[in-house]
Amino acid sequence: MARSRTASPERPARKTITLPASVGVNVPRKDGRDKVTGAALYLDDLRVPGVLHGRTVRSTVANARIVSVTLDPAFDWTGMTVVDHRDIPGENCVAVIERDQPMLASTHVRHVDEPILLLAHEDAERVEAAVSAVKIEYEPLTPALNLEESLEKKALVRGDDNVFKTIRIERGDLDEAFVRSDRVIEGEYWCGHQEQLYIENNAMLAERTKDGGIHIRGSMQCPYYVHGALQVLLNLPPEKVRIEQTVTGGGFGGKEDYPSVIGGHAALLAWKSGRPVKIVYDRLEDLAATTKRHPARVRIKTGVMNDGTLVALDADVVMDGGAYLTLTPVVLSRGAIHAGGCYRWDAARIFARAVATNTPPNGAFRGFGAPQTLFAIESHMDRIAAELGMDPLALRRKNAVKLGDVTPTGQVLKESVGSHEVLERTAKRAKYAEKRARYERENAAAEAAERAGKGAKDGRRLRRGIGMALAMHGAGFTGSGESKLNSLAALDLTPDGRPCVRISNTEIGQGTNTVFGQIVGEVLGIPHEQVLVHVPDTDHVPDSGPTVASRTLMVVGGLIEKCAKKMKEKLELFAEHPIEGGADFARIAKRWLKERGPLRVEQRYQKPTGIEWDDDTYQGDAYGVFAYAAIAVEVEVDLDTAETKLLHVTTAQDIGRAIHPVLCAGQIEGGTLQGLGWALMEEVRHKDGKVWNHQLTNYIIPTSADAPPIDVEIVEIPYSNGPWGAKGVGELPMDVPAPAVIAAIAHATGCRLDEIPATPERLMRALQRRGA
Amino acid sequence: MDAAALVPCTMQVNGDARTCAITPATTLLEALRYTLGLTGSKQGCDKGDCGACTVLVDGVPTLSCLTLALACDGRAVTTVEGLADKGVPHPLQDAFDRTGGAQCGFCTPGMLMSAYALLQREAAPTRDEISHALSGNLCRCTGYTKILDAVELAAAELRERAK
Repeated sequence: MARSRTASPERPARKTITLPASVGVNVPRKDGRDKVTGAALYLDDLRVPGVLHGRTVRSTVANARIVSVTLDPAFDWTGMTVVDHRDIPGENCVAVIERDQPMLASTHVRHVDEPILLLAHEDAERVEAAVSAVKIEYEPLTPALNLEESLEKKALVRGDDNVFKTIRIERGDLDEAFVRSDRVIEGEYWCGHQEQLYIENNAMLAERTKDGGIHIRGSMQCPYYVHGALQVLLNLPPEKVRIEQTVTGGGFGGKEDYPSVIGGHAALLAWKSGRPVKIVYDRLEDLAATTKRHPARVRIKTGVMNDGTLVALDADVVMDGGAYLTLTPVVLSRGAIHAGGCYRWDAARIFARAVATNTPPNGAFRGFGAPQTLFAIESHMDRIAAELGMDPLALRRKNAVKLGDVTPTGQVLKESVGSHEVLERTAKRAKYAEKRARYERENAAAEAAERAGKGAKDGRRLRRGIGMALAMHGAGFTGSGESKLNSLAALDLTPDGRPCVRISNTEIGQGTNTVFGQIVGEVLGIPHEQVLVHVPDTDHVPDSGPTVASRTLMVVGGLIEKCAKKMKEKLELFAEHPIEGGADFARIAKRWLKERGPLRVEQRYQKPTGIEWDDDTYQGDAYGVFAYAAIAVEVEVDLDTAETKLLHVTTAQDIGRAIHPVLCAGQIEGGTLQGLGWALMEEVRHKDGKVWNHQLTNYIIPTSADAPPIDVEIVEIPYSNGPWGAKGVGELPMDVPAPAVIAAIAHATGCRLDEIPATPERLMRALQRRGA
Repeated sequence: MDAAALVPCTMQVNGDARTCAITPATTLLEALRYTLGLTGSKQGCDKGDCGACTVLVDGVPTLSCLTLALACDGRAVTTVEGLADKGVPHPLQDAFDRTGGAQCGFCTPGMLMSAYALLQREAAPTRDEISHALSGNLCRCTGYTKILDAVELAAAELRERAK
């Protein structure tokens, strides 16, 4: 049965906990004290004797042949380490899915800000000055700077068609379904780049080790991704590469794949100089050069019945991958699978392509392709509702998936389907019907008053509106991804008898370490504080996979739960009695260590039974389970300035089970505001392929003054394969805000935008076209 | 850098007189982080946009990345390291920890200093006043909800103590 709760922020944590029950309790964060006292050490806070400061020399053109690279002889190069592609001991590539991206450009550059040369010096100011003393001569070539130019093959960036990846998902007889539909409704939707904008910029430190290897520390989500990339780059065996995460100031996907690039650069400089080398990007460089959310164009053609029943879906998705492949095929895959939204279709065809452009490579960002296609389908739902004269909530209610329904990949939804629950709870909590009617009444009255010359006293022409959106989000890796990852988690005992979690999943702010302490504490029946979580360090933790795809708690948490059960069983058999709390555990553990030596238990991922996926046909169970979110956004639009003010947000999200309700609410609130920012203000602008607003002065993210009150309701419909029923929560909140904002603006003004962000400029043009 | 160009600068940092040798171009943030080893204050943009470097200079919230250290010669500087009292966290720090006001933690030191200055001048701020006072400090993790909750909670606790 569904349970529901509001995560009360006032719930005091430190004082009122009754142990050992930890799961479902808002225990204190493991990293909380260090973070609020300033004691937490991020990469740039480390003091390293003899460190050199590294800098990257980057291209200034989007597509060109490199003619020459010259170090200005007038500059004093004493003490400067200079690295180019010829200094690479292994393969010149950033090894991710493919090896198409050079670590340092050699003969060609394919995007602005592509790395060409690396510099390091013990004086940070000298190395900065040296960057402009490197002269690079180019023979410019015509670039393809956006997805349309790529489709037109204005330049060939990849192969003979610029296509990184094509995905086709087909189910049912589409032609027949269109024929029997009462109406055919079409739309085209666009969304642009978005920067993750973690507040700590990318930063890495590399040192050669005495045994001829490399040790890298830094801000990252996925130590084993860097581990893999560095073996290829430096031609080293796995045991000679050590990757260690430092306290990480946010990731959101932005530190999923990019750390292999900056980590590789720091490593090359350390390799050549023999000195520790630190590369800490400033905001300008981070915003200009690192990965972003893929821009997308989604064309949708739907067949619907007059009563609102959805029948046929034909979706054409194009995403801009940038100049190199990075994680693009996987982003596209998630985008394609989510393109049908949270609805039943008798027949569906989803055709998705990712194309190459001469722009910096795009990569992972919370939601990973799904927010783009969900923005499109949810906007399209509102278009259908408008054309049918139906309330958008009623249309969603009529078509939202239920238990037993089938998705476009043929996945039968067998359990934990919270779509209707989150929709109804959101509508009720937001007083949707009442607000919708009231805003319409008030808007009509305001318009009448303005016509009569009796408008608002301050002369402002304001309109209010409310919009909703609904989405489902697959938790864990797509398709056969989790099986291929083959994650391994371990739990062992420290010499003083404490359980220690060993996983490669990283604490990046979401509270991973805290919930792993809760899980182990709960199973062993000991205080969660007694549980240690080892720093993700490839010398000391097994590869439990990357910290992505809302998988850490649901998948790796499940592995750790099993590890804890194994440890409990072993220790209780040994002690010949059940563990009775923390002190008893410590006694038994110490006795074990003394009499039997070290204790380590492991658990490898095993595919739950009944989950099947076919990579060739794109049919089957795309995910073990989906999480569900609905949102209602209320806005006020100033018709003269076209500014949109966010008044209030209500959201209910089914995440299976909240292990730590405050942390879950924190994910939902933070993800919601990130989605609202994408919807309204965050726009990466390019000029000739160069990001020109690469600073926080003009790449605008929401401040506390922009943030609306966000009312969160957590719905818990448990998933049988998640720990205590938990499903992923990290990405889900990103899926729903943008289409709801556009729907609310349309409700307020009658003007529907098909492109985000809904900046005042874009909305003003639309209002003017409509003659408002 | 030419050693002769270094000049002495003395500040009252978190209550202690600290003297450092810096160049006239050294920012307060650089002096705190790299000369005095107080790395609690963070650099998020180095342009005064993000607020992660916020410290108090004579009690006034100040962007230390845009402030020359020499301009603080003879003045009192308070950083996040100075908020706790003999190892006991300030109620604001405790409230941020308890409510989930700190996630990745990178904006937290600056956020705390802006909030501290607000509570110094206003014991019972409204939610709007809090959000206005913190609007120069960017956070990407929380959506700000729990940060505002934390400041309200700390304000209530401080008022209770003052009774």
